[in-house]
Amino acid sequence: MTVPAFAGMTLFLFGLMAQPLTAQQSLPPAPYAYRQLEDPAKEAEAQALMETLRCLTCQSQSIADSDAAMAGDMRHQVRTRIAAGEEPEAIRTWLVERYGDYVSYAPVVSEATWPLFAIPLLLLAGAGAILWRRLRRVR
Amino acid sequence: MRWWWWIPLLLFAGFLGVAAYQLTQPKDDLVPSAMVGKPLPEFELPPAAEGTSGVSTADLKGGKPRLLNVWASWCLPCIAEAPQLERLKQEGVEIVGIAIRDRPEDVAAFLARHGNPYARIGADDLSQVQLAIGSSGVPETFVIDGEGVIRYQHIGDIRAEHVPLLLEKLREAGK
Repeated sequence: MTVPAFAGMTLFLFGLMAQPLTAQQSLPPAPYAYRQLEDPAKEAEAQALMETLRCLTCQSQSIADSDAAMAGDMRHQVRTRIAAGEEPEAIRTWLVERYGDYVSYAPVVSEATWPLFAIPLLLLAGAGAILWRRLRRVR
Repeated sequence: MRWWWWIPLLLFAGFLGVAAYQLTQPKDDLVPSAMVGKPLPEFELPPAAEGTSGVSTADLKGGKPRLLNVWASWCLPCIAEAPQLERLKQEGVEIVGIAIRDRPEDVAAFLARHGNPYARIGADDLSQVQLAIGSSGVPETFVIDGEGVIRYQHIGDIRAEHVPLLLEKLREAGK
């Protein structure tokens, strides 16, 4: 195969890959789905928030990682709100009010999650107590 | 050996048992909206196609309960659900549509092919209203009461067996 023919075929294959098998939209992505904010400080704030928000259609990815159309729309929403001066945590709260804690990857201590934080501390305290008793006995 | 030495092992076995049981359970992919029971947020959407009207919060308030159907012409389950929406319309239900990331010509083609059960259809090109009402995909259908409060959420396409349930929820919302 000649080099140009190979390059042509590779390009063709990449072209095929760019077409999702089942389209999730017929419109181009939202303006700020793939475009960064002009202000690097605000973009960093937006990026940090997007990495801790769950993509609702893919569920195991953050919206920063996902190419799902809905994740793109969520990134657009996060970026435009941060550009408008909204606090990242206010945006997180707004989303949690709509989708529950599920949408956020940032762990919070709540009625349902407090044992996750308490049990390791209890185990540590227990292990410490046993060790202390043993060591005292040895001496 | 003292009996209580077995406690950690038993706890671990119990943990393994719970994990094994959970593995046999089907995965729950549904993300319920936390907006059920709360009033609809304020929004105003332009018409999604020629010949239909846009949707604002005011259109969903007043008088009677309505269905708010979040859909798209590119969504395959929405085709499966179209006949059930038609049935609900024939039962006298007012259905308001919100088309997600859609082109007017695609919406028009979908309606021409699968029927138009909608009183009005708004275009939500950036999923802004979808996010505001806590919907995480298409299709989803919300029961909105006469005061504009979200009363029930149906996730996924409406099948024949869901129609009586939705009619019941609409009746409850009308009380």
